[in-house]
Amino acid sequence: MTQATKKETPLTLDVFTAGIWKENPVFVMMLGLCPVLAVTNSVLNSLAMGIASIFVLVCSNALVSALRNFIPKQVRITTYIIIIATFVTLVDYIIQAISLDLYNKLGAFIQLIVVNCLILGRAEAYASKNSFTKSVVSALGMGLGFTLALIMLGGVRELLGAGQLLGYQVFSTQFEPWVVMILPPGGFIVLGSWLLLINYIQQRKTGQIIAADATAHCTVKP
Amino acid sequence: MSTPENQIPEMPSSAKLISTLAVVAMISGLLVVLAYEFTKPIIAENQRLATERAIFKVLPKATSRLTFVVDQDKLSLADDKTVGELIYAGYDKNNQLVGIALNAAAQGYQDTVRLLYGYQPNSGCITGFDVLKSTETPGFGTKITTDPDFLANFKCLDAKVNLEQSGLIHAIKTVRHGTKQHDWEIDAISGSTITSNAIGRMLNKSGQALHPIIAKNLSLLEIAKIHSKNK
Repeated sequence: MTQATKKETPLTLDVFTAGIWKENPVFVMMLGLCPVLAVTNSVLNSLAMGIASIFVLVCSNALVSALRNFIPKQVRITTYIIIIATFVTLVDYIIQAISLDLYNKLGAFIQLIVVNCLILGRAEAYASKNSFTKSVVSALGMGLGFTLALIMLGGVRELLGAGQLLGYQVFSTQFEPWVVMILPPGGFIVLGSWLLLINYIQQRKTGQIIAADATAHCTVKP
Repeated sequence: MSTPENQIPEMPSSAKLISTLAVVAMISGLLVVLAYEFTKPIIAENQRLATERAIFKVLPKATSRLTFVVDQDKLSLADDKTVGELIYAGYDKNNQLVGIALNAAAQGYQDTVRLLYGYQPNSGCITGFDVLKSTETPGFGTKITTDPDFLANFKCLDAKVNLEQSGLIHAIKTVRHGTKQHDWEIDAISGSTITSNAIGRMLNKSGQALHPIIAKNLSLLEIAKIHSKNK
């Protein structure tokens, strides 16, 4: 990471949008794939998981960033884990209080946010080196990017696997659901398809830039 | 950090490391305790509502209910906070017993399947169930709540108590799809055999243990509601 330069840069919109597109945790950095594959069998589960992750990510990054000058390097990982585990426990209680049904559906994956490498990764790579505001803004962007990716997977899987979106029937009852889509293999298939599409778009974009560069050079130099 | 790479940072004293960890752990503990205390009553209320919903689902005729705790061979009135094996008796608006709701659990395909089922002590029938907790495979194990052939098993699943009141006359068991011959057999869902078997096993286990106790205490259950009213 280019921490030294980042430390100097002021807060810009890029800090926020990086997590959503350019450094999307799922589609670009491939971080935290365990919940991505496990709980995205419906849009509602994806959304709940995404919001829980945003909460943990933002709160833990805020606290890590606020305490970054007090924490000795030798115990930083331990401290980050304690901070993250605290917020995961809070989320766990809050979801139980909001809806037991949702809690049962998400199962152990709420507790497993603790080991989501996206959250520890951002605490170590970003929050521990940047100001409070920047860390919070960046965490919010990353969290939204993560949620967006979860919903993109959940939407496709729920639509094909159950013929529904957010519980509402989209296809007629004639539609035979592809059960594989709501099973674990469906997670891999849909994630792979999205990656294919997004890399294809990215490649075409860079291809166009190179082509444009080449023509620009040609017009200047002949 | 901005320090040059060849310069090894000085090791801080142990006291500093320990005190940092202690402070962070204290903040963490404080937050967790606050959240726990704040959400505890809400979670308890949610759990109570979920149980209540399940009871009235398996005993559709019931309008009120009483909770009993099993104490060896006896039943005694309790509330939902009582520790122990709880059973729920449902009553209609004339305070007549319309059925008992019982918990049952067994190992399914992925994890324990827990459900609440309705039992009619007079006819000895199991008349339906509601899944409380299940992580079975969507589209396969979850069919137990939707498959019409499987639900037909629970119009009146025979769970009568034998004369000695020591167990059931016929053990409840799950049989292969399409081979059901008796009222005490459960016709499995083809493709969800493991979950179907789990249902058979848990109902048999719960029935063998609890139905005789219900039979012995039936008169208590029948008058309990009128009694509690009079008090």
